[in-house]
Amino acid sequence: MNKMMMTEELWCLLNMKKTSYLSKTVEELKPSGIRRFFDLAAGMEGVISLGVGEPDFVTSWSVREAAILSLEQGYTSYTANAGLMELREEISAYMGQSFGVPYSPKNEIIVTVGASQALDIALRAIVDPGDEVIVIEPSFVSYAPLVVLAGGKAVTVNTKKENDFKVSKEELEQVITSRTKAIILCSPNNPTGTMLGREDLIGIAEVAKKYDLLILSDEIYAELSYDEQFVSLAAIEGMRERTILISGFSKGFAMTGWRLGFVCAPEELTQAMLKIHQYAMMCAPTMAQFAAVEALKNGRGDVEDMRKSYRRRRNYFVHSLNELGLECHVPGGAFYVFPSIKSTGLTSTQFAERLLLEEKVAVVPGDVFGESGEGHIRCSYASSMEQLQESIKRIKSFIERP
Amino acid sequence: MKLTEKELEIVEILEKDARTSTEDIAKMLNLSLEETEGLIKKLEESNVIVQYSAIVDWSKIAGHEGVTAMIDVKVTPKRGVGFDEIAERIYRFKEVKALYLMSGAYDLSVVVEGKSMNEVAHFVSDKLSTLDSVLSTTTHFILKKYKHDGTIFEQNDDDRRIVVSP
Ligand SMILES: Cc1ncc(COP(=O)(O)O)c(C=O)c1O
Repeated sequence: MNKMMMTEELWCLLNMKKTSYLSKTVEELKPSGIRRFFDLAAGMEGVISLGVGEPDFVTSWSVREAAILSLEQGYTSYTANAGLMELREEISAYMGQSFGVPYSPKNEIIVTVGASQALDIALRAIVDPGDEVIVIEPSFVSYAPLVVLAGGKAVTVNTKKENDFKVSKEELEQVITSRTKAIILCSPNNPTGTMLGREDLIGIAEVAKKYDLLILSDEIYAELSYDEQFVSLAAIEGMRERTILISGFSKGFAMTGWRLGFVCAPEELTQAMLKIHQYAMMCAPTMAQFAAVEALKNGRGDVEDMRKSYRRRRNYFVHSLNELGLECHVPGGAFYVFPSIKSTGLTSTQFAERLLLEEKVAVVPGDVFGESGEGHIRCSYASSMEQLQESIKRIKSFIERP
Repeated sequence: MKLTEKELEIVEILEKDARTSTEDIAKMLNLSLEETEGLIKKLEESNVIVQYSAIVDWSKIAGHEGVTAMIDVKVTPKRGVGFDEIAERIYRFKEVKALYLMSGAYDLSVVVEGKSMNEVAHFVSDKLSTLDSVLSTTTHFILKKYKHDGTIFEQNDDDRRIVVSP
């Protein structure tokens, strides 16, 4: 028939790929390795999961009750962009009392949809195309993708088990260039559980000052530190002005599903983030904000009880893993243990997959947190003692199997 | 008696689950097995830990459902011994599961368990109200136990978390 039409059809077919609606950035973004593991574990029965990155506690009843009350009273509309003033005042008092870093409720605090959104607006507020942001690995899986989505370049630094996964000044300096804008810091750390002490922070602060860098300090696990008093980066001399402090209610207050966090920073940075927040989010969910007010007013005793409970489980789990020959450093905070599985001769992924299929224990292979996580697995001890005991039995039978 | 931090933790752990093994407690508290055994012994001997028992939901056991009553008792205290003497006379009855001296409208709160309402009624009328110092009793029967000693009886504590998350 007609030659013309044929070629047109052919042309369309050939160009199918080209007409993708997706942005290059998103197309090139790798899906999280956690996701793959989730798909593998989700369909199985009788799995003990040590792969969960959230508390095993349900939010305190008084907090849940406060949210119910707010609904009964009809508080179902938007709040101010930066969040309820009452909540910002509570956050301000809390940050001052608990960590010695007061921020002004008026213009230095934004209530966000989880620490996740706080990270997003912080990065978008500071990154110009091509700017570099340093991500210290093994790291929380969202940092590098969020940097990329903000138009920046994520530059990774590897840390080592010998140093308890702490980064040194020298290691940082090696990757700093003229395009470096910021460092993302996470202490206590997901996935390693490592907590940085005052001395460690002072070292990093010196680098930041020397090269005039900002630090995004993810302090979401601040409440969960077990051996030493937690030190906020913003409390280190000269750091408040170059710190964007990110925290929230998910971990310490066991409120992951409420999607509530906050970001504190000097006014100029806060106002820049607020611009993004007001257009992209309007405000954090109102009922969750009411819940958070109650959490800060009356929920600190519960946080203390949970901390105690995690500490006991951490001690139990670290002892038990070390007895099995899966060496790990004692993580000072969060609820993760990051043992080495090198003695088994397996890779992280092999270990995690086989452990799941053969013994029905879900852990997260360390390499999903960056290449320096290879040779390790992340186990969360936010599970009941019975489950932890049973998982230790299963891991034992797994590694003793020829 | 002042407890050390570790002793306090042992008490908390055992109060929550008296069957936690000594090995596990040792690991949880970074203590050696011997140290832990020693501390538990000390707590037992000093009667800080009085007894280990299980919380049983008798309502689930056919033929053994039983009834529990809380009885408010007004008494006349005796010179010199106050309420202690009459309290002792009452708590020695094996039917009495708990006894507390109260502030407020009455003096003693007596928890009594029996096989039937009749049995409890008999105890109150025959044994309790006939005591010299007892002025009056008000008996309340427990209809349903929702929570006892910090334990919720019908708790749905399924883990609702997704199996793997960041
Ligand atoms: C280090 C770290 N930062 C941020 C988050 C996100 O927390 P949120 O629930 O507040 O968004 C997590 C959660 O896993 C985390 O581990």
